[in-house]
Amino acid sequence: MLITCPYCGPRDVSEYSYQGDANRRRPDPASTDQAAWNAYVYDRVNTAGDHKEYWQHSAGCRVHLAVTRNTLTHKISSVAIARDVVVAERKEAAQ
Amino acid sequence: MSPRRTSAGGRIDRTRSIRFTFDGVSYSGHAGDTLASALLANGVSLFGRSFKYHRPRGVLAAGIDEPNALVTIVKGEEREPNIPATMLEIYDGLATVSQNRFPSLAFDVGAINALGGRALAAGFYYKTFMGPVIGPLKGTRFWMFCEHFIRRAAGLGRAGTAFDTSRYERMNAFCDVLVVGAGPAGLSAAKAAAQTGARVMLADLDAVMGGSANWSSETIDGTPAASWAAETVASLAACDNVRLLPRTTVWGYYDDNTLGALERVTDHKAAIRKGEPRHRHWAIRAGKVILATGAFERPLVFPDNDRPGVLLASAAQRYVNEFGVLPGEKIAVFTNCDSAYGAAEALHAAGARIMAIVDVRTSASEDARRIAASVGGEHLLGHAVVETEGGKTVTGIKVQPFDPVAKRLSGHARHLDADCLIVSGGWSPVVHLASQAGAIPKWDETLQAFLPAEPSQPWVGAGAFNGHYDTATAIAEGAAAGGATTDEDSLPAIGNAAPASPPAAVFEIRASGKSFVDYQHDVTAEDVRLAHREGFISVEHLKRYTTLGMATDQGKTSNVPGLAIMADATGRTIPETGTTRFRPPFTPVSIGSLAAERFGEIRPERLTPMHDWHVAQGATMFAAGLWYRPQIYGKPGENIEQAYVREARATRTDAGIVDVSTLGKIAVQGPDAAELLDRVYTNLFSTLPVNKARYGLMLREEGIAFDDGTTWRLGENDFLMTTTTANAGKVMQHLEYYLDVVWPELKVQVTSVSDQWAGAAIGGPKARQILAACVTGTAVDDDALPFMGIVHGEIAGAPVMICRLSFSGEMAFEVYCGAGHGLHVWEALIEAGKPFGLVPYGLEALGTLRIEKGHVTGAEIDGRTTARDLHLSWMLSKKKPYIGSQMIEREGLVSPNRIQLVGVVSLDNRPLNGGSHIVERLDVQNPHDSIGHVSSVCYAPALGKYIGLALVKGGKARHGTRAFVSDPLRNRFGPIEIVSHHFFDPEGKRMHG
Repeated sequence: MLITCPYCGPRDVSEYSYQGDANRRRPDPASTDQAAWNAYVYDRVNTAGDHKEYWQHSAGCRVHLAVTRNTLTHKISSVAIARDVVVAERKEAAQ
Repeated sequence: MSPRRTSAGGRIDRTRSIRFTFDGVSYSGHAGDTLASALLANGVSLFGRSFKYHRPRGVLAAGIDEPNALVTIVKGEEREPNIPATMLEIYDGLATVSQNRFPSLAFDVGAINALGGRALAAGFYYKTFMGPVIGPLKGTRFWMFCEHFIRRAAGLGRAGTAFDTSRYERMNAFCDVLVVGAGPAGLSAAKAAAQTGARVMLADLDAVMGGSANWSSETIDGTPAASWAAETVASLAACDNVRLLPRTTVWGYYDDNTLGALERVTDHKAAIRKGEPRHRHWAIRAGKVILATGAFERPLVFPDNDRPGVLLASAAQRYVNEFGVLPGEKIAVFTNCDSAYGAAEALHAAGARIMAIVDVRTSASEDARRIAASVGGEHLLGHAVVETEGGKTVTGIKVQPFDPVAKRLSGHARHLDADCLIVSGGWSPVVHLASQAGAIPKWDETLQAFLPAEPSQPWVGAGAFNGHYDTATAIAEGAAAGGATTDEDSLPAIGNAAPASPPAAVFEIRASGKSFVDYQHDVTAEDVRLAHREGFISVEHLKRYTTLGMATDQGKTSNVPGLAIMADATGRTIPETGTTRFRPPFTPVSIGSLAAERFGEIRPERLTPMHDWHVAQGATMFAAGLWYRPQIYGKPGENIEQAYVREARATRTDAGIVDVSTLGKIAVQGPDAAELLDRVYTNLFSTLPVNKARYGLMLREEGIAFDDGTTWRLGENDFLMTTTTANAGKVMQHLEYYLDVVWPELKVQVTSVSDQWAGAAIGGPKARQILAACVTGTAVDDDALPFMGIVHGEIAGAPVMICRLSFSGEMAFEVYCGAGHGLHVWEALIEAGKPFGLVPYGLEALGTLRIEKGHVTGAEIDGRTTARDLHLSWMLSKKKPYIGSQMIEREGLVSPNRIQLVGVVSLDNRPLNGGSHIVERLDVQNPHDSIGHVSSVCYAPALGKYIGLALVKGGKARHGTRAFVSDPLRNRFGPIEIVSHHFFDPEGKRMHG
């Protein structure tokens, strides 16, 4: 599997670390909603198909990437810098 | 010249003789022979004994699909088992032995298994060797006990135990076009691709490229097909943009057009040139892949179809045309399609008698009828072979009228003379690589075969792989796949084209006797039906229960017939029954090639700047992850315990120094640095003054303790975080994750500086005096350097940063300097310490000092314990949220029954073992009811006892009570007392001074 790092170009998956499901949203740090915290820590959707997930280019530039990968075919349909995606999503949510 | 050897033709060089041995007997063959062709030429028909029934077996195929004729190559002490004789090129001095027979191939006592008949049917071992319900060998334990003996009786070759002295290589390669298979389609594709200027790789598993062109009886553009192939290969070899890889099996098709291939570089050579590896593993990244992998011929399933002398029609044609060997003199043909007629014609042309052509179909094509007439012998349409006669080789067959639609026999069987039976049950395209790449094969009713589905990766297929078995189409499809513009006129003309027709939908002739589907694993048609009767309906279950298709050949000849018989048993169609997905590898791969040069001690070593000093001082070095740290600085005559006790004692009476350069160090910098630390540590860091340090604890999101360490505030926005040695990488990644995807708003930069700083911890009653003697530029007294204070100064001219903190419980300091000054500063400290009795100490003494103090490390922060379990709840801030703060109050994490940190003291004055269970009542015979375990142990010189830290259920409540260690693995049982983990100086008077 190849992941195209925006900084480093197409690189073998062995250079990356899987950093988990990118669909989950961490509750507000002060939130005491136990159900929300349990969902954040434990619940995963286990999608058969396109799945958003984080990969860190740990043996490269160490950036976290937001990757959409098909779990059935390993086809990667999008790669973006995770930080940019998170900031944009928050902006959208705030509006 | 052997009677079976033809006088001319084929790829062999009749002028060169080669001597080799099989089961100790010396034979002669020719250059270009495989072991199979050379033995057949010598009249050998018995190659091995079968897996389960020990039935005599010959050679069925001529290539990689061979299930029977597996041999072991013997080279001195080295043995390589399970090599198909059909793929083994002979060379002078080659020594091979047959497999799975005792005492000899011709007389095998295991053959008695064959008389057992049904007794050894599918699942026999599992059913028979399932043990009683109770007792020492209950259930599967009995199977495990018997398995050892069964494995010796049933099986394939025996691997050697000698060290593999061969050298292996690994190559990474990139190309625009990878062509897999160098038959007419592949050669045509490579040629077309090469002409476009693309970088082309062409791989073929055979020694001589050409595929079916090497053994068909066709002409291409007027020249014999084999010559056309040789010329095409020569023209490709002359191209700078083409790399030819003969003897190379592409065995794996992975994501993003990454393929694995194994090149057998020197397996065929008597003498290896300097520098040549045995095998070369290729990791190939291809822009486009052209799959021209051809097709495998299928055998038909009928009683005694495994007798030596029965072989595939295409294999017979290959032996006669490619190797100049007749597999028999009186040959019978049994088929459900036209291609076997071509084989009969080739054998006839080479001098064999064709005794009969037995065709299950009631009518045959014009081509077939013409060939049948020309080769002579009976042409029996609507007939089937129902038995083969003979012992270790075929002496005759029995044939009987057969209705191919009702699949029923009628009339009477009659005998026909034959010493060889060639069989064709149709063809199966080699879709393995396409299946690996993710395309699920589709059943084609007309061709009675699985064809490749729509590509899921950038590949195109050509020729027989697509189910297009005629050479003209193969060449045309190859050219198109290679990128040639379609031009009918430029394609070569095929002469004497081989007859091709779809096969009849007949896979099995049901009659009494053992009819083999999977020759290599001895699976019969009746086993498949038995599996069905016992409820194994899914093809995946069928495979696992009968082991059909699970041998080293992975069912290359048996998958489709097995599926067809299963479909028939369940009353479903073949596509309804389904097929299993092919997985890599296509053929067995040497482990050596995957490892290549990477074997032995290949981990990188991380050495501290003071490493050479430790070694020179006689330290025993100890691997801690990738780091090497002194374990002890042993003096002559000391054992480990004596050394560390001396070091720890000296530290408590005078002073000791330890290299702490391996600690993880992370620079946390930026306007929000303090805020980040508040969020990742359980305690507050924003309140920490500049030039002070604080001990911090991190949790994971679910509230379990993760790592601990001190963090030093060097400036308003500048912190130096230390982590445990083992978790340095994990903590770094943890911080990066939160900064990238959870708190992108924080303005913080984290940088790993573990290798930039060298560190020495110096502790003991005289530590401060030693520092005072060598540090310049700063005072180190209590006012200038209070507990957890930081000062900057110099030692022997090198800038240093000193923090007063203690892991040993003594008045102690950590001295950090640039890594380049590490040794210099260390030596200066050692020199300054000489008048004060300073000793260097290692990991053992470090552990002893911290266990005496009850400090935790990775043995206690083991990924299961909470802050409360470790009595660190005082560090859980109530003033702010932090990672894990919302999860730590969950029921399971606050239960009073959780394990808790305690101290344990050995009451029998013997050492304790880390990992020992702790029990309330000792039961050596039947250990049970563990209440916890010992995590860290030492001899404590401060107490004069063997002690340990332990994690025990309801720990604190047990202080002052007795229990036992129970360690059946190391046979260590004995009484202990459970006490507070603060063994020594619980008030901390010594470190506060």
